[in-house]
Amino acid sequence: MSTANHSGSNRIAGAGRLTPAKTVRFTFDGQNLTGLEGDTLASALLANGIHLVGRSFKYHRPRGILSAGSEEPNALVDVERDKSRKQPNVRATVQEIYDGLKVKSQNRWPSLTFDVGAINDVFSPMLPAGFYYKTFMWPKFAWKTIYEPKIRAAAGLGVVPGEPDTDRYTNRFAHCDVLVVGAGAAGLAAALSAANCGAKVILCDEQTEAGGALRYESDVTIDGVPGYEWASATVARLRSMDNVTVLTRTTAFGYYAQNFVGLAERISDHLSTPGADMPRERLWQVRARKVVLATGAIERHMVFANNDRPGIMLASAARMFLNHYGVAIGRKVGVYTANDSAYAAAIDLKRAGVDVPVIVDTRDNPTSPIVEEARSLGIDVLTGHAVYSAGGKRRVSSMLIKPNRGGNERKVSVDALIVSAGWTPSVHLFSQSRGKVAWDAANERFLPGTYAQDCVSVGACNGTDRLQDVLDEAVSSGSASAGEAGFAKGNAGSLTATGGTSWIAGMIGSAPGAGADTTVKAFVDFQNDVTAKDVRLAVHEGMHSIEHVKRFTTTGMATDQGKTSNLHGLAIAAEALNRPIPAVGLTTFRAPFTPVTFGTIVNHARHDLFDPTRRTPMHAWHAAQGAAFEDVGQWKRAWYYPQAGEDMHAAVNRECVAVRNQAGIFDASTLGKIEVVGPDAARFLELLYTNPWEKLGIGRLRYGIMLREDGFIYDDGVVGRLAEDRFHVTTTTGGAPRVMNHMEDYLQTEFPHLNVWLTSTTEQWAVIAVQGPKAREIIAPLVEGIDMSNEAMRHMSVREGKICGVPTRLFRMSFTGETGYEINVPADYGQAVWEAIHERGKPLGLTPYGTEAMHILRAEKGYIIVGQDTDGTVTPQDAGLTWAIGKNKADYVGIRGLLRRDLVADGRKQLVGLKTVDPKVVLEEGAQIVANPNQPVPMTMIGHVTSSYWSENCGRSIALALVVDGTRRLGETLHVPMPNGVIEVEVTGTVFFDEKGERLNG
Amino acid sequence: MLLIKCPYCEEERPELEFRNAGEAHLVRAAPIVDQSDDDFAAFLYFRQNPKGLQFERWRHIHGCGRFFNAVRDSVSDKFLTVYKAGEPKPNIEQLVAKAPTPAETAAEPEQKRAPRAKKAEV
Repeated sequence: MSTANHSGSNRIAGAGRLTPAKTVRFTFDGQNLTGLEGDTLASALLANGIHLVGRSFKYHRPRGILSAGSEEPNALVDVERDKSRKQPNVRATVQEIYDGLKVKSQNRWPSLTFDVGAINDVFSPMLPAGFYYKTFMWPKFAWKTIYEPKIRAAAGLGVVPGEPDTDRYTNRFAHCDVLVVGAGAAGLAAALSAANCGAKVILCDEQTEAGGALRYESDVTIDGVPGYEWASATVARLRSMDNVTVLTRTTAFGYYAQNFVGLAERISDHLSTPGADMPRERLWQVRARKVVLATGAIERHMVFANNDRPGIMLASAARMFLNHYGVAIGRKVGVYTANDSAYAAAIDLKRAGVDVPVIVDTRDNPTSPIVEEARSLGIDVLTGHAVYSAGGKRRVSSMLIKPNRGGNERKVSVDALIVSAGWTPSVHLFSQSRGKVAWDAANERFLPGTYAQDCVSVGACNGTDRLQDVLDEAVSSGSASAGEAGFAKGNAGSLTATGGTSWIAGMIGSAPGAGADTTVKAFVDFQNDVTAKDVRLAVHEGMHSIEHVKRFTTTGMATDQGKTSNLHGLAIAAEALNRPIPAVGLTTFRAPFTPVTFGTIVNHARHDLFDPTRRTPMHAWHAAQGAAFEDVGQWKRAWYYPQAGEDMHAAVNRECVAVRNQAGIFDASTLGKIEVVGPDAARFLELLYTNPWEKLGIGRLRYGIMLREDGFIYDDGVVGRLAEDRFHVTTTTGGAPRVMNHMEDYLQTEFPHLNVWLTSTTEQWAVIAVQGPKAREIIAPLVEGIDMSNEAMRHMSVREGKICGVPTRLFRMSFTGETGYEINVPADYGQAVWEAIHERGKPLGLTPYGTEAMHILRAEKGYIIVGQDTDGTVTPQDAGLTWAIGKNKADYVGIRGLLRRDLVADGRKQLVGLKTVDPKVVLEEGAQIVANPNQPVPMTMIGHVTSSYWSENCGRSIALALVVDGTRRLGETLHVPMPNGVIEVEVTGTVFFDEKGERLNG
Repeated sequence: MLLIKCPYCEEERPELEFRNAGEAHLVRAAPIVDQSDDDFAAFLYFRQNPKGLQFERWRHIHGCGRFFNAVRDSVSDKFLTVYKAGEPKPNIEQLVAKAPTPAETAAEPEQKRAPRAKKAEV
């Protein structure tokens, strides 16, 4: 065997398709290594003779490379570009190497070859399936505080990066006639056939390049050329067609409703220095008329003692490493199989000069010609034999062989062992599409059964065996799919194949020597360290459905989702249950097919783009004044305006006092605003609000309450009548969108006979509230065309005119209890008008106040905030708003709800005021209220505090509360038990300041 | 993501443009104040939530803004039909017979059962 040492001692000159001159340097656990351009990390490590790449999850057993593809359960590593761009659990079989790639092994301490955690393997008899559930039950508190953190630290796979991901991710929506998933022989043939009909085709494949099994099948020709050459030529042809998009390194990870398929395209993970403008991955959201699934099949390992030793590998993987990467996985390679396909690998290895001492075949009389071909090459073929165990620890060193019918065992030393129990069709995406799989008893496999969507399976994933059959099926499905998508069937042509190995048949479940009577460690699921014995134990302990077995043992629940192990686990459980496999059932496959990074899913929706931020027209002014902001829904609202040396409390107190003594200016632009227009506008409002509207005069305002049909308060706001047929409706800040929806719903579906138009104008109007005894004095000189005298423009009226030369709807109204105005101006003028009013009012003491002061000022007056003092179970009567219900109305939304027995019964919670006996004590909002604080726990709670503040204007704390029969308890003393003692409170009315309301009319 | 056909826009649009608005064909009694407690409770709270075909309301909220009705299979998420608000309930048997699809032919018989007549419907 000749070698090309500069890219690894196991590289075979002349083998594979990589270019020996193109070397790539990388490190593994700090060791400098060289590979070739085009290598995966797995092929480069194997070329350098490295099989040991990780430690297992639970027992910390040494693990190597099982596969050459995305099904890899063992070879998980940590790839780090820098501190923020670090990814754990990367499959070495998927990661391509680049100059400077830094890789670390995982789940080992202090080093991969000496791992303290491996002690778990020694104690493994004490760590059976379900061990954690049974052992760490007592004492109860210890699970959260001791056991779980310790177990999580000891077990687990990689470590997540500690810093935010600085990579960029992008996305694209695409529509096509035919989406072909998988670019092996079947996918390529189907894509070409569909494309030739003129259909718009997207072809994707998770691997670096197209070809699938053709990349390693050395004995195949299609249309007279070697399979790989045909694949390369076909891809080139497809890429040259305008109606075809070919995506490699692109995993179809999720199949959703109506042929909506999610693809994750890896763009720069294989590049040494990705361009600064290059995203790392791209999410494709593809809507296809037809989907062709050509996802192939996944080889299974053999389940026997110590089958997890590094150097034990799937036969197809060894063939891929040899024929594509030019890497021999060992110098002396044993073979253990239950089907024909491993023979092809053995023959390729032998022909490449690798010593293949023995093929152990569990079958008694395999009849395929390939068996004789192997023998003719001088390979010892032992049929009717099994490998009972593998020797070696950090690398397989021998295989212990026994005849199935008894007899002498023998030990053959090897440095690698290839295995094949057979092939499992990849029905993952088919199952995700909600298709139902059917059990093929003859060949012991699940195949696509009943389809739920417009898709078709072709090739190995459909159970089709011979390559010629695969191509025929793919060609006709491709043109048929194009036909169903509306394209005339073109000349699909046909393809002629030779060679190839049958890959059906084989075995599932435990191999001889790992049966029910044994206690050997024969792994079913490598990544979660589940053995055949564990599965049997689960059945023994009463888990009779595969769903329970799966959860008890965690088989198939690792990041590989049991791609190599599910059928083995199912077969072992079925055998233990003595029931047929279809009766035990297969768990449903769920997205994603392979792990998808959070970055790809989250995509652009990060930071500022995570959620829209809404800012008022005057936002910049507030920010320039140093306002603190609070988030109210998506809005940023000025919370308070601290001056030098002020804390929040001092600032808010100053703002509250200023409003009552001079005047304050407040940004109320976030209020929802809806223009209700039309001949039936008043009739419509009659139906949507409890209040009467027909007789509201033009130029007048009214406070309205909106109920849901159940009678509970939904929203409130002031409504102004601008004309016979035009109302300016305001809603709460948070309620604007749902109120609009609620109104549209009733207008369109319950009251469609009304001639009304609704328009959201929330963002069209900036709203400047000027409140306080000097409010009129401040704004009057700026206003044109409106008589603002107290007589001409009373409280609760609206006028249209100009302010600062700008059109305005001037509301005289108050949410503070002071004489006040809410000045609506077109949003673009908001800041200019605000600044002009502020300039004019400053010498008179006009003070900007924020939402905190606004809350306190309205609470001093007992004005409710819907959603704070109400919670969806409060009626207008409960809130003391009976006056707002029209007495003579025949109908409005909620009228029937209010008549319900429980809504008119005694014992409802009603809104009251609370004054703490100690005026300095401020209650906590949400605190519970009891009548007798000396009753035993749990106490009978009779209400809770809804709003509570320090009121500088009242010189004491104030609170609003919902209390059972509250209005009958005025003057009573109640109690609020808190951790530091019980607070005594007196029940009062809800108005704490200017009870007669005289200041409104000043 | 589902594609939903808006009967007003007369085209299929992505689900993101729509919002589900609950069960369809609930009738608000007139005059509602005279409705009995039981009937009002049925109108207010009792919903079919069937496994299988259901009548439901949608709003094309980020599109034309219109409310409309649909018949959707709650198992397969397939829409059998959409129709404008105020139009009569379509005949389920006819719809199923007209457009058999793989999912429907595979559906269990009891999944195809039409929703029971509602109490609130008079």
